[in-house]
Amino acid sequence: MEETCELLHPIDRWLKTERMPHIWCPGCGVGPTIHAWVRALERVGIEKEKVVYVSGIGCCGRGSGYLDVDGFHTTHGRAIPFAVGLKLANPELCVTVISGDGDLFAIGGNHFIHACRRNNDLLVICVNNFIYGMTGGQLAPTTPHGGYSTTSPYGNIEHPFNTPHLADAAGAVYVARWTSIHVRELELSIAEALRMKGFRYIEVLSPCPVNFGRRNNFPEPDAMAKWFAQSSVIMHGADTSKVAIDMGKPIILGNFVKREGKPTYYELLRKLEEMRRKR
Amino acid sequence: MPAGSKLLPSQKVKISRGKVHIIEERCKGCGLCTDFCPKQVLHRSERVNEKGYHLVEVIEEPEKGKFCVACGFCQIICPEYAIWVEKREEYV
Repeated sequence: MEETCELLHPIDRWLKTERMPHIWCPGCGVGPTIHAWVRALERVGIEKEKVVYVSGIGCCGRGSGYLDVDGFHTTHGRAIPFAVGLKLANPELCVTVISGDGDLFAIGGNHFIHACRRNNDLLVICVNNFIYGMTGGQLAPTTPHGGYSTTSPYGNIEHPFNTPHLADAAGAVYVARWTSIHVRELELSIAEALRMKGFRYIEVLSPCPVNFGRRNNFPEPDAMAKWFAQSSVIMHGADTSKVAIDMGKPIILGNFVKREGKPTYYELLRKLEEMRRKR
Repeated sequence: MPAGSKLLPSQKVKISRGKVHIIEERCKGCGLCTDFCPKQVLHRSERVNEKGYHLVEVIEEPEKGKFCVACGFCQIICPEYAIWVEKREEYV
C-alpha cells in the first residue's frame, strides 16, 4: 500500500482525485470512455487548459465534475446548445460533449440533429447504455426492441434509434461506433475525430449492469461486457442504415463515415462577416 | 505455422514485464480486469475493502508462463481508475 500512496495512476493528472471513488456502478462503461477520451487528448497533444468537457443530465453528467478540466454540467438535454455557444465565443477551445443517450436523443434530440446539420465544430460522444440509468431504468429511445425495463415489463414494443444513421443522415462529418470494451480502438477513433473539424459523432455502447443488464439476462457486472466482446463485428465504412442494434444479432462497430470539405458553421459565419464588412 | 512467417529469435526478443498496482479504496470488484487479462494473473480475492467490495489480487506463476506482460489492458478498461501497470522491461 505504501507504493500506491507514492505513485499515481496515470489518469490522476486529469482527475479530481479527492472526489474518487466515483458514483458509477460496478462495471459501468462511462469510466473507460472518459479514460479513452483523456488518452486521445494526450495522444493528439491538446493542452489541458484548452479542453472543455460539457455534459448533460444523467450518469455521464457527473463526469464533468470528476475531471480536472474546464467543464459544465448543463440542464437536461442542453449540452449541445451550451457547447455550440462556447465554441462560437471562443473558437480556440477543444469542446467535447460526453453525454448519455437519454440526454442526447430523447430530450436533446432536436439539438443533436440541428447541430449535425449546421456542422458546428464539436465532438459529441454518446455513451449509449440503452436505458435511463440514473433515474431507475425506464425505457429510453435507444432501448432495443423487446428489451425489458421498469416501464416496459413485458418487453419494448418500440423500435430504437439507429443513432449513427441519424447522425449520418443529418450531416455529421465523422460517425463511428465502438463499445466501452474496445478501448484501444475507441482511443484511436477519438484521436482521429479530435484532429478533424466539424460535427463529429462517436457512439460508445456501454454496459449498464444495474438497470439494463439485471432485467435483460445479464445478471453479473461483467455480463454485458462479455456480450459486447462476443457479438461485436468490426466493419469500417459500413452502411449506417444497416447498423441498427437488435438483441441476439451481431453488433456492428467501426468508423462508418468520414466526410471531407464540408465547411463548419464558424467558417461560414466568418465569411458572412467579411462579406458584410466589404459592402 | 503460416507460410512465409519466421520464428522470432527467443534469446533476443524482449517480453516486457509489469507490476500491477491496485488502488484498493477505488475498486468495486466488477471483474472486468479479471475477465479480460490475457495472462490471467488477476483474480478475485476474499479480502474486501471498506465499502465491502471483493478486491482483485495478482497471482503470478512465472514457471507456468503466467506473469504480467504490461499490456496495460486492465488499466484502460477499469471503470474505477483503480488499477494501473508499471512497465519493467526484462529479457525472458
